[in-house]
Amino acid sequence: MPADFNWAIGGEAGDGIDSTGKVFAQALSRAGRHVFTSKDFASRIRGGYTAYKVRTSTEKVRSVVDRLDVLVALTPRTIEENLDELHEGSIIIYDGERTTMADVEIPEGMIGLDVPLKSLAEDAGGAVMRNVVALGAACEATSFDIEHLDSSLKKHFGGKGQAIVDNNKQAARLGQEYVRDNYPDADLQYDLETTDNDYVLLNGDEAIGMGAIAAGCKYYAGYPITPATDVMTYLKGRIEQFGGHVVQAEDELAAINLALGAARAGARSMTATSGPGIDLMAETFGLVATSETPLVVVDVMRSGPSTGMPTKQEQGDLNMMLYGGHGEIPRFVLAPTTVEECFWKTVEAFNLAEKYQTPVYLAADLAMAVTEQTFEPDAFDMDAVEIDRGKVVDEESIADHQTESGGFKPHEITEDGVSPRAIPGTEGGAHMSTGLEHDEQGRRTEDTEMRVEQVDKRNRKIQTAREREDFSPREFGDPDSDNLVVSWGSNEGTLVEALEFLQEEDIDVRILSVPYLFPRPDLTEEFEAADDVVVVECNATGQFADVVEHDTLQRVKRVNKYNGVQFKADELADDIKRTLASGQEVEA
Amino acid sequence: MSSEVRFTDFKSDKQPTWCPGCGDFGTMNGMMKALAETGNDPDNTFVVAGIGCSGKIGTYMHSYAIHGVHGRALPVGAGVKMANPDLEVMVAGGDGDGYSIGAGHFVHAVRRNVDMSYIVMDNRIYGLTKGQASPTSREDFETSTTPEGPQQPPVNPLALALASGATFIAQSFSSDALRHQEIVQQAIEHDGFGFVNVFSPCVTFNDVDTYDYFRDSLVDLADTDYDPTDREAAKEKVLDADKEYMGVLYQDENSVPYEETHGLDSSMAEIDHEGAPEGATDLVREFY
Repeated sequence: MPADFNWAIGGEAGDGIDSTGKVFAQALSRAGRHVFTSKDFASRIRGGYTAYKVRTSTEKVRSVVDRLDVLVALTPRTIEENLDELHEGSIIIYDGERTTMADVEIPEGMIGLDVPLKSLAEDAGGAVMRNVVALGAACEATSFDIEHLDSSLKKHFGGKGQAIVDNNKQAARLGQEYVRDNYPDADLQYDLETTDNDYVLLNGDEAIGMGAIAAGCKYYAGYPITPATDVMTYLKGRIEQFGGHVVQAEDELAAINLALGAARAGARSMTATSGPGIDLMAETFGLVATSETPLVVVDVMRSGPSTGMPTKQEQGDLNMMLYGGHGEIPRFVLAPTTVEECFWKTVEAFNLAEKYQTPVYLAADLAMAVTEQTFEPDAFDMDAVEIDRGKVVDEESIADHQTESGGFKPHEITEDGVSPRAIPGTEGGAHMSTGLEHDEQGRRTEDTEMRVEQVDKRNRKIQTAREREDFSPREFGDPDSDNLVVSWGSNEGTLVEALEFLQEEDIDVRILSVPYLFPRPDLTEEFEAADDVVVVECNATGQFADVVEHDTLQRVKRVNKYNGVQFKADELADDIKRTLASGQEVEA
Repeated sequence: MSSEVRFTDFKSDKQPTWCPGCGDFGTMNGMMKALAETGNDPDNTFVVAGIGCSGKIGTYMHSYAIHGVHGRALPVGAGVKMANPDLEVMVAGGDGDGYSIGAGHFVHAVRRNVDMSYIVMDNRIYGLTKGQASPTSREDFETSTTPEGPQQPPVNPLALALASGATFIAQSFSSDALRHQEIVQQAIEHDGFGFVNVFSPCVTFNDVDTYDYFRDSLVDLADTDYDPTDREAAKEKVLDADKEYMGVLYQDENSVPYEETHGLDSSMAEIDHEGAPEGATDLVREFY
């Protein structure tokens, strides 16, 4: 029996797939099981199909796999779409009374549990609960204690009143009993054991939102866009309790400019979007940097260019974040590598933004942004959060940064490149700030010497950060291996799981997972020490591979995936193995 | 400082590079006087300027200020005010900045009704790029890029504002110093989005909408028995294509600014904790 168990519910958009999946994931989490979820498989047939997949184990799980043990199929297509993942002994729960499912054929070797989901839901109080009936049936099929499902139902429906909660519990029980009574002899071999461990279940967008509040962010402006909307949804209703505010802007141009305004007024401020929004924000991003305004801009990447595949995974915006915008713009680009890191990198992004008074891109990707995963609550230890606001002056210290005639110098030339910052309202601090090249007081200038001094000063902040901050990569695998695998973003978890598959084939690798894309660690020594370097990323051209080749003046091998689906561990292990074995040089 | 603020305190030491005779001189003087007159000082005032001749205003005034990207001044101003409602926020720009590249934001800034003033220097021409048609140029106004005129009707900012739910709409003329200052003052004092379209003639590139033209054609509503709180009357006035009006065209006396609707009553600048805020651990527990 496999150590991990894979469950999914699939149907048409509008079938309540996501919320049902999340209720089950939460039940597993509350039962002390680790959970890794994924949404929206790539459809092999046509659009409209959607699914929520849950991988669970008593051990930590970090990626998705190509296997399904129990499938709740609301449509015949759900079965067709998942034939490759289903196996002998897989259980398919379906409603044979549903017209479209009446003639459905359960593939040989699999167990079909025909449960009248709708009828039973009606018995419990309403057809709307038919997915919950299926969850009850799934509990029976997996020997999973239904009280954990009760607890999850209470969390999700508690706001709607006790009666609704009770009806849902009843619906689940009817599903459970139906399977027990009608399939007494079925070979239901799964047994989802529980533990006493205490986990929290959240996705990357939520972790970013929580990180923002933890970091003292008080202002968020955004325009809804998949897959970044959850950041705004999370903050709305929560940030207000901490003195903050969320604005839904008329577009991304307004969103970044609202956020810029709040930042100029002294608030820790943020906006989040995806690729199309990042394009629109690019002009203002340059203004943010030139006016030396601290701002956090989150790009939850999805497949591009243009509208691309809005609900699919890709890491295609790296070049945009590294180089986007006309002129030369000093910036930070951080890329969290896990959901947990989405929290911590957000906190760090706010500190970097204020310490160096420059915009920070937080590069998250769809694969971790909208999928729920379990963590020990300590992974988000609020006592470990530190806030550093950088060089903010007050009414007393302001005198040290004024001209003889009393003009404040918000762009004072300093050794570390960082100038004093006066928050509006501070007496004696009134100053102009502008996207035009300016002198120390922020007044427009075209003076050739001042131009060079200001450009150098702004770029010097990045140099200072290189000296003061720790931009090390995260390391996994065998530190002495000659095979070096480099990755960024959400591939980290999959790579860690791929290690096991590689070990089975006696292939050792050293993994460097890079969360700092600019400024980034110098990997020259690591590359020189390795026989082979493989860069893994979810894009077609190898944007990060290009960058590290440039940094280290060494060729790397590439593993790229850009069909819209994140890597799976066994597949990635195969890719790495094949790539290591190939002597092929990349096309330059 | 506020007890003895003079309007010259709002002047920076940069000399304007506007053409001699430019309407923007008068527009800016009125803004500075109105700010001083309403009890503000440079350290509690935030000016947001757009791009274009008018956008230079932030450089010539002294206050906290930002000179942003083209067309986006309004959201910046709204962000400043939401984050610190104690600041006096004034947004200034031109007809191109506000009604062309920034027209989308104009509509939504009006709807949002943040308590700030928006002063548009409307000269019906693009001056900084040396004389092309603007969104408020007349249909037959010949320019280098529109030799036969734009051949489309000009944007009507007053009607656009009213249709978008404006709570304060006014029009003034830069060379009528007293009235201009008075009107800007009213916009500042209005509880909500105080919008003033200022005729601010371009003496270099617009020989049609001149000082003489406005002097001859403007009807000052203050000289009539017009009631600016009457929305029906305002509809007629803003759609009247035969006349140019000066004064307050509409004011909703019951206007409730955004900050009040959303409970924003203090500065978000301060963070009184060195780590996560109190209660942050509850956020983690929520995910249990």
